[in-house]
This record gives sequence, structure tokens and C-alpha cells, in this order.
Amino acid sequence: MIDRGWQHFPHEADIGICGCGPTLASAFEEAGLALTAAITSAKVRTDSKVEIACTALNRELLFVEWLNTIIYEMAIRNMIFGRYEVHIENERLVGALWGEAVDVARHEPACEPKGATYTELRVEQTKDGQWCARCVVDV
Amino acid sequence: MDLSRLTRIRETAWKIEPVGTMRVPAIIFGDEALIRAMDDKVYTQAANVAMLPGIVRASYAMPDAHWGYGFPIGGVAAFDAEAGGVVSAGGVGFDISCGVRTMLTGIRVADIMLVQRSLADSFFQQIPAGLGSEGAIELDALNLDAMLKGGARWAVAAGYGEERDLGRIEERGCAADARPEYVSERAKKRQRREMGTLGSGNHYLEVQAVAEIFDVRASEAYGLVPDEAVITIHCGSRGLGHQIGTDYLKEMLVAAEEAGITLPDRELACAPIASDTGQRYLGAMRAAVNCALANREILGHLTRRIWHHFFPDADMSLLFDVSHNTCKVETHKVDGKEKRLFVHRKGATRAFGPGHASIPDSLRATGQPVLIGGSMGTGSYVLAGVTTSEEMAFSSACHGAGRAMSRHAAAKQWNGREVGDELYKKGIVIRSPSMRGVAEEAPGAYKDVGAVVLAAEQAGLAKRVARLEPLICIKG
Repeated sequence: MIDRGWQHFPHEADIGICGCGPTLASAFEEAGLALTAAITSAKVRTDSKVEIACTALNRELLFVEWLNTIIYEMAIRNMIFGRYEVHIENERLVGALWGEAVDVARHEPACEPKGATYTELRVEQTKDGQWCARCVVDV
Repeated sequence: MDLSRLTRIRETAWKIEPVGTMRVPAIIFGDEALIRAMDDKVYTQAANVAMLPGIVRASYAMPDAHWGYGFPIGGVAAFDAEAGGVVSAGGVGFDISCGVRTMLTGIRVADIMLVQRSLADSFFQQIPAGLGSEGAIELDALNLDAMLKGGARWAVAAGYGEERDLGRIEERGCAADARPEYVSERAKKRQRREMGTLGSGNHYLEVQAVAEIFDVRASEAYGLVPDEAVITIHCGSRGLGHQIGTDYLKEMLVAAEEAGITLPDRELACAPIASDTGQRYLGAMRAAVNCALANREILGHLTRRIWHHFFPDADMSLLFDVSHNTCKVETHKVDGKEKRLFVHRKGATRAFGPGHASIPDSLRATGQPVLIGGSMGTGSYVLAGVTTSEEMAFSSACHGAGRAMSRHAAAKQWNGREVGDELYKKGIVIRSPSMRGVAEEAPGAYKDVGAVVLAAEQAGLAKRVARLEPLICIKG
């Protein structure tokens, strides 16, 4: 069984996020959790669901589009998300974000993502079949 | 950074000779210690910028340069439209027109200390800061477009500022040729409830003491008096600017390919200035500049309201308001001829020397104020533009201390509450919605701002006028 998980990688000015999993979709979902963890260390309730869809010319650009869609939905709804679900077919992503309204006292948000960048952008499958997606997010 | 890869051309200027597809050299400013401590990525990114079409003279990196995305943070590059020059969304960044304003208060530091904690609490409660905060001003579509056209002038006309401020803001408070129609609905939607908010990350509002004067004449011209308090606000164009950056970065990736431009890094996505995408980006970016100018003017207005509650008779005038993530059309001398250039500054401040027509009359003889934000523990600086900066780097200087350590590493190394306690022992009161945010912005995560501004002075980019020490810091 291939593991799934996320991590942050260092960038001098901003923050690198990386998600890995047995499928491309799961790697994107894990990267969503990495984005959330860049903002808060608190547990995020997953009471409300937001459905999203996005497309791009290739997998790597789709990853940036996915993160930017999360950032946009966070900004206009004043929400933070704690659970992600992704389906990908032919560079089209359909997904759902579960979360709650930002509670400054409880979430203590450390930063506010501005946008996902093309810096250190990679979406690749390793020899053992694991997918990983990563890039730097401007915060 | 490995010094052996650079040619030292002056004490504080280092050259990357053009190789491969570099069209011009890259020049990095800094003393030996600053250059040694710089990430190798600054070298790569400065060299990559030198490969873009229509770049003039050189790609520059300021003494506070650090690893950015596309351009280094602290990067400066000028492009000639007539030579196929480009405009790059990555060369401006997501936080378009992020900048700094400093307000004079005329209040002695001793009087601040009497109310320091309650003043900090009032700012923290009344200035919306951090993720999840919302401003009290909600704009409908018509007013949003008016704000995007009018900038700080719109804010003043709407009652959120003072007429006299406008002369102390770059472009006199309003970027010309802003085109709200080229700003996406998504960008506008992100901004509706964000006017008058500080933002997050390294954005802040600080009450500072004028702690040291380097140039008495310049400090007098700027109204900086030793042992008096000033207030500095650092923030930008909020969600609107971030979304414009996102939108056009994506579009410019396609535009660059269509124009036959080979990008050394996708983050340098760009379009010929003369192209449809290039022109639309410039119109949208100027709208974001106006958004940032309006936002800082509103924050200045809120600041005055709070301040007057504590000091009813204080006369709070604006020293200056500068942006450090921009692309501006400027005239510069290149090979003895005046050229109209599109100057990108990403984490770099415009620094016009004495006599420049863009500087307000009252400051023209002294040079443009250059406001440098340091870290919350070490202080900030006010510099003045100098004439040599034109030749050195198209009249540009540094913008801050520059990070020496990633947020990730800083959060591991420090505890926010302990950082706050340590600073309080030094007489500095911190207020922030996030202790982890305080740890990520710990003073130790930044370079020595004193070394950065000294290098800027030695390099002929700007001269030091005054050093400011923080008394109260509100972090987003």
C-alpha cells in the first residue's frame, strides 16, 4: 500500500507545500491539507461543503489552479477548509472542500495565502507508483 | 552565495557576466557578508531575469535580495517597449503595490509609554488584521470601480483621509491609466470586504521612536525629530491584487509562448508590452496600485482616529507613502539618451534623487523618502534617494531587511509567546491574532537591516536619514 501524506518544504520568503498519495487526486487532496496547515495548527471543523471545478492545460498547471481555487474560496467565503476531495479526468478537476468560517481566536491564522506560484512546481509519479505534487505558495 | 561566481565591480556591487541566453549582466548589491549569506537562488533568479526580451542595461538585485518566485525579492529590471520589451506579472508579484507609509505624530516617546499597552490594544481591536478579518467598508460595483480609478484620491473624497496626504504619496495618490474593466470579477469579489484591512504575513502597523539621526538636514526636511513617535503601516492591494497576479500569471504563460519567448522559469511569465495581454495587465495592475494606495489611506484614517482618542491635539501628517511591488513607466538615461522604460521593482523601492520632478515640492531638494521596514525587534530606517541611484539601478533601493530564514524554520526555532515576552522586556508591545505568526516573523528570521541599509548607502542607492525603533507592533 502506498502512503499518503503532506509536508512543508522551506522557501526563504514564502512556504513550500507538498502532497503525496497513491493517486494523483490523493496527492492534490494532501496538498490541500498542507495549505491548511500553513495557515493554522488548530483542528478545522468540516461542517460546510463547497463544490468546485477547474481545468488547466496540463497536470502541473492544474495543481496550481486547484490551490488557487482553494485560496479564492477561502477569501470570498471567509472560510478555512479541513477536508478535501478531488476527482481528476483529462486535466479537469472536480472537487469538494469541507470547512468552517474562520474563527480567529481558535484558528490563530499564521498567514494568509495570496496565490500559488510556479516556483518548485512539480507533479510526478515515483518509481514505486506514488504521486507527489508540490509548489511554493506566496503568503 | 559562492563569491567565485561573481565579479566584484565595486566594494558593494557584484556582477554576473552574461552567459548563454542572458542579454545583459546581472548586478547584485551588498557587502561581502550579505552576498555570502544570500541564497544561490538569488544568483539563478537574477540571471534568469537577464534573459527576458527588451531588458535594458542589467538585471539588479538589492542588498536585501532573497529567493523569490521568478524575480528574486529585491529584484529590479527595466524593459524598453520599442526593443520588444516585456511586462511580467511575476516581476511585480502577487501583492501588487505592497508598500509602506510613515506618518509623523509630534508626540514624545515618553508620552507614548504612559499609554503604550492601551494604545496597542486599541489598534489591535480596531484595525482589522490577519486572515478572517473584514473591513467596515463594503463597496458596491460602482464604488469599487471608482476606487480602482481614483486610488487614495478616491479615499480622501470619500472621507477616509486628508487632502494634504495626497502630495506625499507616489503618483500623488493615483496611478494614471488604471483600467478596472481589465480586472476580473473574481478579483473584485475578493476585495469587496477587504478595504481598510492590514492583511497578514509580514504586514504590520508599528508605532516607532525616532531613535537615531544620520542626516540632520534631511531629517529636518522630512519632519523627523529625535525621540518623537511616528507610525508606519506596511500592507498592499489585498485580495484584489493577489487575484490579478494569479489571473495574469496564467494568461502570460500562454502569451509568452505565443510571442515566441522562451522562459527560463515559468514564474517569469510575461507578455510584450505592446501586446493585448501586456496592455490589459498594465491597466489591471494600475487598478491594483490604486487599490493599495486607497487601502493605506483608509488605514491611515483609522490610525488617526485611534490616535486622536489618546492624543486629541496631535497633528498627524504623512511623511511619505511608497510602494515596493510595481511596474512603473519612467524616463531614464541609457547610453546618454533618455528612454521611456517599464521599470519592474519586486521588493524594491523607487528612490529618486534630489531634484527629480516626481518628488513633491517640499521634499524635492532632499530626495525622495525611502521607507525601509525592518523586523519587529530591530527597527526600521528612513532613507533618502540619491542621484547616483539612477545610474546604479534605475533609481531603486532596498525595501526591507530581507528574510534570512524560512517561515518553516522560524516557527520551529521560536515560540511566538516567548518572542513577545522577550520583546516586551525590551520595551516593545506586540499584538497579533497568531502566536505562530509572531514566531514566523521573529526578529532572528530576518537579516541585519542595519547592514542592508549601510550597503545600500555605500552602493550609492540611497542614503540613511534616520533609524526607527518599534514601540508597538500590530502584526496581521
